[in-house]
Amino acid sequence: MSTQTQTATTHGANAHAKHEHGGTALYTKILIALLILTAITVFAAGFDFGQGNVVIALVIATIKASLVGLFFMHLVWDKPVNAVIAMAGFLFLGIFIMFCLLDFNTRNNFIPQNMTPTLVPLAPGTAPAGNVIRTNPAAGQAEGGEKK
Amino acid sequence: MSTTSVDLHAHGHEAEHAHDPHHQHHFTTMEQQFDTSKIGMWLFLVTEVLLFGGLFVGFGMMQARYPREFVEAHTHLVRWQGALNTVVLLISSYTMVLAVNAAKKGIKSKQVLFLALTIVCACIFLVVKYFEYSHKFEEGWLPAKYYSYKGDSLPACMEKSAGPEAAAAAPTTPPAPCTNGYATFFSFYFMMTGLHGIHILVGIIILTWVLIRANRGEFSSSYYTPVDLVGLYWHLVDMIWIYLFPLYYLIQ
Repeated sequence: MSTQTQTATTHGANAHAKHEHGGTALYTKILIALLILTAITVFAAGFDFGQGNVVIALVIATIKASLVGLFFMHLVWDKPVNAVIAMAGFLFLGIFIMFCLLDFNTRNNFIPQNMTPTLVPLAPGTAPAGNVIRTNPAAGQAEGGEKK
Repeated sequence: MSTTSVDLHAHGHEAEHAHDPHHQHHFTTMEQQFDTSKIGMWLFLVTEVLLFGGLFVGFGMMQARYPREFVEAHTHLVRWQGALNTVVLLISSYTMVLAVNAAKKGIKSKQVLFLALTIVCACIFLVVKYFEYSHKFEEGWLPAKYYSYKGDSLPACMEKSAGPEAAAAAPTTPPAPCTNGYATFFSFYFMMTGLHGIHILVGIIILTWVLIRANRGEFSSSYYTPVDLVGLYWHLVDMIWIYLFPLYYLIQ
C-alpha cells in the first residue's frame, strides 16, 4: 500500500505509468500457457467425443481468450470501465447466440420441404433410391420449415 | 513578455507540471487523455467482437444444417498450417505486449525491436495464408457458385425429391434455389478467414506507422497511447483467430 503511494508521488505527472505490473517474466508464462493450451486443443481433436469435441474446443478457446484479454490486454490491472465495456460486448454476443439457438432448436424441420438430401449422387434419369438421410419421417407432409 | 503571459493563461491549469507536447488542451491531465483514448478503443473492439460474432453464429447454423458436408469439407483444410498460424499469432501477441511494455518504460530500442518482430510474425501469418488460399483456388474449393471441386461424396447439389409422395405434397411449389453444403462451408471459410486476414493486413500497416514513430523517439513513458491501442487491436485479432482455428480446422 505504502509502496503504491510512494510510486504515485514519485511519478506525479505521468500518472498512468505509476502501476508497475506485467513484466516479461509474467508475459512469457502466459505465452507458454497459451501454446500448451493450443497443443491440448489439437491433441483433443484427435479423439472422438461426439458433441463433446466442440465443447472442449470452445472451452479451451475461451480460456485462451481470457488469458489474452486479462494479461496481454491488461484488463486485470486496468480501470474497471474497460472490462465493463468488454463484458458488455460479450454479454450481447451471448444474448445473440442464445436467441439464435432457441430459434434453431424449436424448428421441427430445418431442411426446406421441397429438398430431400440423398446419400449417393444421382445419375441423370435415375430415380432416387430409398436412402434418404437426415429428414424426419414427417418431412414430406410437414408444412413447417424454411419458406425460401 | 506579453507572449509569456498569454501562454500562462492558456495553460494555466497545468502550471504545476511540465507541458507535454502530446497533451491536448481539452483534457485536464495526460492520464485522462490516455483513458479516454482507451475507452474509445475498447468500444471499437466491441463492435469487432459483434461483427465476427454474427459470422460465427451463421457458421454454427450452417454447420447444423449441413453436418456431413461441413465435416467432410474441413478435411480439405491443412491442420498443421492452421496450427502453425495459431502459434505465429500467439508469439506476435507476446512480442506486441513486450513492445507496449518497453514503450511504457520509455526504452526505444526494445520497443522498435518488438514492434518489428510483431510485423514479421504478421507477415509469416499472411504467407502461410497465401499458400493455403492458392491451394484451395487450384482445387476449386471456392465459395458459393464458384465451387468447382468434383470429388465430394455427397451430391454437389441436392436434388429435388422425385418421389411420388413428395411430388403430390407440393405440386405447385417452385423449386428451391440449389444449395450446396460444401460451397457454404467455403463461403464461410473465405469470408471469415478473409476478413480476419484483412484485419492482419490493416494491423501490419498500423504497426509499421507506429514503428516509424517509435523509431523517431516520439513515445515516452508519459505518452505511448498509439502503441498501447494498436496492441489492444492486435490482441483482439489474435483472440478471433483463437476461436477460428478450432472451429474451422478441428471440427469433427
